[in-house]
Amino acid sequence: MAEAYIYDHVRTPRGRGKIDGALHEVTALTLAAQALEAIRMRNGLQTGQVDDVVLGCVDPVGEAGGDIARMAALRAGLGDAVPGIQINRFCASGLDAVNFASAQVMAGQHELTIGGGVESMSRVGIGASGGAWPVDPSIAIPAYFMPQGVSADLIATKYGFTRDDCDAFAVESQQRAAAAWADGRFKNAVVPVKDINGITILDRDEHMRPDTTMQSLGQLKASFAQVGEMGGFEAVAIQAHPEVEAINYVHHAGNSSGIVDGAAAVLIGSRQAGARAGLKPRARIKAFANIGSEPAMMLTGPVDVTHKVFARAGMSFSDIDLVEINEAFASVVLRYLQAFDIGMAKVNVNGGAIAMGHPLGATGAMILGTLLDELERRDLATGLVTLCIGGGMGTATIIERV
Amino acid sequence: MAFTNFRLETDADGIALVTWDMAGRSMNVFDARTIEELSAIVERTTADAAVKGVVITSAKDAFSGGADLTMLETFGVVVADVMKREGAEAASRKLLDEVSRLSRLFRRIETCGKPWVAAINGLALGGAFELSLSCHQRIAADNPKTRLGLPEIKVGLFPGAGGTQRLVRMLPPADALMMMLKGELLNVAKARAAKLVDAVVPPGELIAAAKDWIRSGGKAVAPWDVEGFKLPAGPVYSKAGMQMFPAANAIYRRETYDNYPAARAIMQCVYEGLQLPMDQALRVEARYFAHVVRTPEAAAMIRSLFLSMQDLNKGARRPKNVPPTRVRKVGIIGAGFMGASIGYVTARAGIDVVLIDRDQQSADKGKAHSDALISGEIKKGRAREGAREALLSRITATPDFTALKDCDLIVEAVFEDRKVKAETYAKAQPMLAASAIFASNTSTLPITSLATEFKDQGRFIGIHFFSPVDKMMLVEIILGKNTGEVALATALDYVRAIGKTPIVVNDSRGFFANRCVLNFVAEGHLMFGEGVPPAMIENVARMAGMPVGPLSLTDEIAIDLALRIVKATESDLGAAAIDAGQKALLIEMVETRGRLGRKNGKGFYDYPEKGKKKLWPGLAGLQANKLDPDTLDVEEMKQRFLVVQAVEAARTVEDGVIVDPREADVGSILGFGFAPFTGGTLSYIDMMGTKRFVELCQRLEKKYGPRFAPPRLLLDMAAKGETFYGRFAPAKSAA
Repeated sequence: MAEAYIYDHVRTPRGRGKIDGALHEVTALTLAAQALEAIRMRNGLQTGQVDDVVLGCVDPVGEAGGDIARMAALRAGLGDAVPGIQINRFCASGLDAVNFASAQVMAGQHELTIGGGVESMSRVGIGASGGAWPVDPSIAIPAYFMPQGVSADLIATKYGFTRDDCDAFAVESQQRAAAAWADGRFKNAVVPVKDINGITILDRDEHMRPDTTMQSLGQLKASFAQVGEMGGFEAVAIQAHPEVEAINYVHHAGNSSGIVDGAAAVLIGSRQAGARAGLKPRARIKAFANIGSEPAMMLTGPVDVTHKVFARAGMSFSDIDLVEINEAFASVVLRYLQAFDIGMAKVNVNGGAIAMGHPLGATGAMILGTLLDELERRDLATGLVTLCIGGGMGTATIIERV
Repeated sequence: MAFTNFRLETDADGIALVTWDMAGRSMNVFDARTIEELSAIVERTTADAAVKGVVITSAKDAFSGGADLTMLETFGVVVADVMKREGAEAASRKLLDEVSRLSRLFRRIETCGKPWVAAINGLALGGAFELSLSCHQRIAADNPKTRLGLPEIKVGLFPGAGGTQRLVRMLPPADALMMMLKGELLNVAKARAAKLVDAVVPPGELIAAAKDWIRSGGKAVAPWDVEGFKLPAGPVYSKAGMQMFPAANAIYRRETYDNYPAARAIMQCVYEGLQLPMDQALRVEARYFAHVVRTPEAAAMIRSLFLSMQDLNKGARRPKNVPPTRVRKVGIIGAGFMGASIGYVTARAGIDVVLIDRDQQSADKGKAHSDALISGEIKKGRAREGAREALLSRITATPDFTALKDCDLIVEAVFEDRKVKAETYAKAQPMLAASAIFASNTSTLPITSLATEFKDQGRFIGIHFFSPVDKMMLVEIILGKNTGEVALATALDYVRAIGKTPIVVNDSRGFFANRCVLNFVAEGHLMFGEGVPPAMIENVARMAGMPVGPLSLTDEIAIDLALRIVKATESDLGAAAIDAGQKALLIEMVETRGRLGRKNGKGFYDYPEKGKKKLWPGLAGLQANKLDPDTLDVEEMKQRFLVVQAVEAARTVEDGVIVDPREADVGSILGFGFAPFTGGTLSYIDMMGTKRFVELCQRLEKKYGPRFAPPRLLLDMAAKGETFYGRFAPAKSAA
């Protein structure tokens, strides 16, 4: 089997996913195109040199619909010969896009590919693509559908994480992200989003609140109590996990991932293709895995998929120098740490989505890049990136510097 | 075709009046012949150029009760025949064709091109309400007795003749779902407010108003057949739909625990149907209906909750040779909570009541209970203003036993103590009329032994009410060894008069219902002892289909009473008859912790003044061992809760306490809420198959103890491949 290498990665800054967010005026297509264009320019890619562009997008409707990957590839000037495909595995789409792009190379069918993702949550809106899962009784009922926030609160209840535990984690995420930005650790990855005149619209992650404290978070009301109690979802949670008497609602906007806009791209290729393009490989895709997990808790997939990818790669946590796990909700990460009995020292060392936001389809590619940059900065070898996924799934990728 | 169920008369204006009037029945229903005749009428009126429109009404008090459920049995025979000859798919196709007959007929009415008006003179339920929904106009007579709705869900079915589709095109889907999932019935005013009825007119003007609507140009087209029709809350995949459906699915699960295939089918029909034009939507509905009709849940629920209940209400067990009795006056001795409540339901049925207690004040207090209950009913709009005075005037509260002299029936509801009861009987007996029947409401003391205190044991019987009496529909009638037929007939006639459902059982400790339900409670206590998290015990019991968890039920019964029962069983039957762990738990709760249940606000739950009850956090400290919930088999826990009751029900058959399986089934559902979707304790066994049930019992016996041991009767039935309804087949009911 051929090896797939990471040659480069970029991401846009993450704009607050609201009408007053800086990236709200920028179309999803432009976000994706600017990330791809940056990859093209930085690496001097020739027209038609890329075999495929795989982009994750979770709500691929409206301006993000109809295969945004091909349109973005055209807009980015990759050449008429470069096709694109949009994929969707909810929150892990960006990482899965990289894995798919890598798999094409590993399978020997493609030489140079781009994986990445895009989400304009402020423009398209979360849930805009609909879907049978919450609506069609034939799946919603047997799959114990709940809004993710209720599942996150179920995880907190079942595994005993208090509001304070979750808030403390959120404060830590903010502090780590602030420190990372202050230290310029994202400078190589982040390409500013510009207007048609070349004027910068946004060059920093806009969602961060570095002054967050336990006290300031203490002011926030739990977000999912009402939908849990009135919408009937607490009963669904309890029927799935009947040892729970009542849900302890601990999550709110401050300890959940931020809603943001953004895009990312990762350049993948075989060793030969890199050499031909005059590029130096930065890391090898060592292994990746996907898994389905218990659908009611929904967000514990990272635990299951980490076991799976370790088994595939014959590795364990002692082989891993750094971990990026998407901070969809505080309890997701806390459960991960608890399940593997690991501390925070090598996990999300530069903060995560609670501080910087989670542009659904792009996040996986973004945090893969964060992981690689930090491995290089610390001169460490091996990292693992994983995300929890709606419907109860997990995706994980292990990379190794070369 | 000559019509035996309808009259068809066309007036000078060319308006046909179809009057539904089934011969030999007090209630119109849809059976095969009726469907055939109505189809012929539709074709004839459609073809007849002289007919401008059609009004359909009924000559009975009610419009119609809906479909004749015994029709479903004939489907089964037809399908089995096709199955044998042509295989499974052909059989399914045949069933689909059969069950969709009514739906197709209604769609034919809706699209025949001539206006149809439903002139709803009275009650119209199920298929009959669906017929009216397919008419182009619904006019109801202003009749206080009228109820309109789709109650199919209560017998394990759902509206399969267009009901799910038309209702969701007339009401916002959340309201339509609620109405169908609850089987909610509306009075005329509410139906009018919901626009399910277009007009309400005085009864005498009903037909004229219906004809007027046609004469004044009423259109023969349903709104959903008009181009550009908009659904009341917009498409499924719209912002509103994305809000409504996820919550509806969740609330569905909260309310049903996903135990009822018919309820699930309603959800699915609405979801799929709303995305289709009417004809395809009706086809989808029919497909789900054909599926649900074949589920064991529907079969079991139709049998127990419709056919058997009807039979028992009609007096299936009543001795035929005793002429009808009429209870005019009932004496109730003991005006405590039970006695006072029995007085209330009796007086509410228009029967005079003498309510006796040891002094005037106690008797008055009992009567005041009726005042409180009827006032509550009036406040909720369930009784008229004048009902309170009428009711209270029928109740005489007194300490004077001579007031019993002209009572036809006496119900004793004094303290559960043999001595107290004996003294009461001694005091009452001299006052009684020679023909009076005497009943004890005891729930624990054997009737045969109580009867020995009584001069004429043939007139002594047990009438066991369930608490709260005004809500619980079951009455257990207990025959002592010497109870006579007149006593039984009188008791049954009385129970019928107060509108409750009787089961007749032979004497034994705990009779029928308590034997089963106490096993359920004990199973919860034993799980607690094993280390199952308390919330899991409670939740899984409800998931199994029980109305409340065993710990909650213990709190309601009172933990000290539960302990007393365990101690009494031990002293009567020996230490082997009880579980030492259960006894220790109850002693700990009652004697060490002073937790008696809801009555003192402290039981397995805490009962805060404000807000919901919560499991007492101290429970964790009473569990020496704690099991990891993720290692527990939820399905097996559910089985334990149901099997431990069902196997006891089988023992009551073996013991001769239960002689008719219908009584065990109906009694278990009405008496203690045994998972209704199973059809009751014995249907649960029949549905599983006796052999499989015995194997399950044996597996549970090995793991959890002899309480699961199948009795000899079950082993014998399993060996012979018998079912309860086969071996103990009740006499065929007259439908």
